[in-house]
Amino acid sequence: MEEVLLRVEELCLHYRTSRGIVQVVDSVSFEVGRNQALAVIGESGCGKSSLARAILRLLPRNVAVYTGGVFLDGTNVMLLGEERFRQEVRWVKVSLVPQAVMNSLNPVVKVGDQVAEPLVTHNLVKKAEAQERAKQVFRLVGVPLDFLQRYAFELSGGMRQRMAIAMALVADPSLVILDEPTSALDVLTQANILNMLKRIKREFQRSFILISHDVATSSELADSVAVMYAGQIVEVSNAAHFYHEPLHPYSQKLMASVPRLRQDRKPEFIPGQPASLINPAKNCRFAPRCQLRFSECEQEPPFFECGDRGRVKCWRYA
Amino acid sequence: MLAVCMRQGVKESPLLSVRGLHMWFELRRWGFGRTGFVRAVAGVSFNMRRGEAIAVVGESGCGKSTLAKTILGLYQPTEGEVIFEGKSLNGMGIKKRQWYCSQVGYVQQDPYGALPSFMNVHRILEEPLIVNRVKNSRERQSRVREALEEVRLVPPDELLSKFPHMLSGGQQQRLVIARAIILRPKLIVADEPVSMLDASVRVEILELLKQLQHQHNLGVIYITHDLATVRYFSERVLVMYAGKVVEATEVGSLLSDPCHPYTRALIVAISDPDAANLETFKEVPPGEPPSLLNPPSGCCFHPRCPSAIHRLCNKEEPPQFEVKPGHLVMCWLYRK
Repeated sequence: MEEVLLRVEELCLHYRTSRGIVQVVDSVSFEVGRNQALAVIGESGCGKSSLARAILRLLPRNVAVYTGGVFLDGTNVMLLGEERFRQEVRWVKVSLVPQAVMNSLNPVVKVGDQVAEPLVTHNLVKKAEAQERAKQVFRLVGVPLDFLQRYAFELSGGMRQRMAIAMALVADPSLVILDEPTSALDVLTQANILNMLKRIKREFQRSFILISHDVATSSELADSVAVMYAGQIVEVSNAAHFYHEPLHPYSQKLMASVPRLRQDRKPEFIPGQPASLINPAKNCRFAPRCQLRFSECEQEPPFFECGDRGRVKCWRYA
Repeated sequence: MLAVCMRQGVKESPLLSVRGLHMWFELRRWGFGRTGFVRAVAGVSFNMRRGEAIAVVGESGCGKSTLAKTILGLYQPTEGEVIFEGKSLNGMGIKKRQWYCSQVGYVQQDPYGALPSFMNVHRILEEPLIVNRVKNSRERQSRVREALEEVRLVPPDELLSKFPHMLSGGQQQRLVIARAIILRPKLIVADEPVSMLDASVRVEILELLKQLQHQHNLGVIYITHDLATVRYFSERVLVMYAGKVVEATEVGSLLSDPCHPYTRALIVAISDPDAANLETFKEVPPGEPPSLLNPPSGCCFHPRCPSAIHRLCNKEEPPQFEVKPGHLVMCWLYRK
């Protein structure tokens, strides 16, 4: 991999609920290189979105445990104070495109002002200049300039999504976290937005973390793939190998469940329920659903390196 | 053997036939002034055999859900009619309408929203039986259990007293399906039954629907935006765009030889998991589906169409051309 931009080490985020501690993100480690895109895929409720929030420190109030290291350009931003983190990291270096776009745009502020807002609140530029910069990102994401004067509810879903992406790009961050950027959109709009993201990645050297449950569309942007299951990352592979032949039994099942348009392969499903995140057992979390399990699986597996392909948390690769 | 005979026997008379269906919604200003109509469904016709699975594919806002609801009889069509087993829905009396409702099951998109949160599983499944005057309570019990077992919500005893929020998304959708089939209908309308579910559960639910279809010789109208699941599920596809069916054919024929420029764009836009995708840009038409309030003149796809014919596509609406037997396309490129 090229120069490392973001390194996440043993990141844990646990929530406190009335039924016990929920281990949403449990010892997660990965790296994202400069100008690279990492796709984080997994089923709903596996902790993908919480991972994004943990990186950006956008936490709810019921946090029980929040530990680990997030190294951005070599400095551990977990050690920064709340205000310094806001001023120097959030949105300036790392930004987020949230999942439900309609709920994340302000209905009473014109979208042009909204897109320019991060620049003003971070005191990066004057207001007039911020408007100018907003126009530039509008062009970048392919929105007509007369939309600057509109409100969020006047836009279609695809336009709103572009707006959210514009807002994330406006302060020129080096890393953008995209939380399910296309899952609520139509196929054609989806393809248009992925084309746009690809172009931005190529021309402006941005890094992306793409969070998605859709394996097929994640392949449009990903250079490497991290598979999450029950709060843990179970495999990190480079994309060329992953989409061809994933390593972890869960990844294999997930890949087999994708209906394909161009290949004659009958999709399969994964029997059973995902593991509970409240007091998870100390075994491999996928073991109860895994058809390939053996006696070793009673213990939690460490990561095993698989040469240039990546690493995988499964005893079969010991 | 019997099933085969039955299938052949009814081939002549369709189970459901939709003729020139229009469903327009009036837009009003201040309660009186008309501002126009939203033409959600604008001229849809098709026939459906008993036990056949038809998929309706299209983007959001193309009118596919309105089509489903009109077929279910929830909307009174503006024009055209829905004929079920030779009886037209227009002008059906209350008694007849109730019979129709018991013959047609509805599987909604959002299972949690479709299940009343204050009723438990037993009550949810018993309700349609009570409404349809199954008086014997022991018969009702056994049919509730039977339906649960059929959708593989087992063991029934554990589930009967549960409320919808205690079930997982997949289980909720199974319950919705159980409710749809409990009256032993002949037709199921499934409106995006799996779009709210995870990929790994999706296939399971589709397989269940398919099994039920074969087992009970059900007709299924499968409404979806996802062309990739269609090929595993149905025999025939209708592609909808802006309230109209722009292409109708067998699934294999549609995927191997798509004719309408819109269908082609749809197929190009869908990705299969493949690392090579990273290197290529997709050729998809820019823009968005037209407003159904003021649809464009001529062919509704012409503003986005890469191969639009100058001074024809923007003037006249194309009729349906039959490219191959059973393959209908609404596009001027195929005029004879």
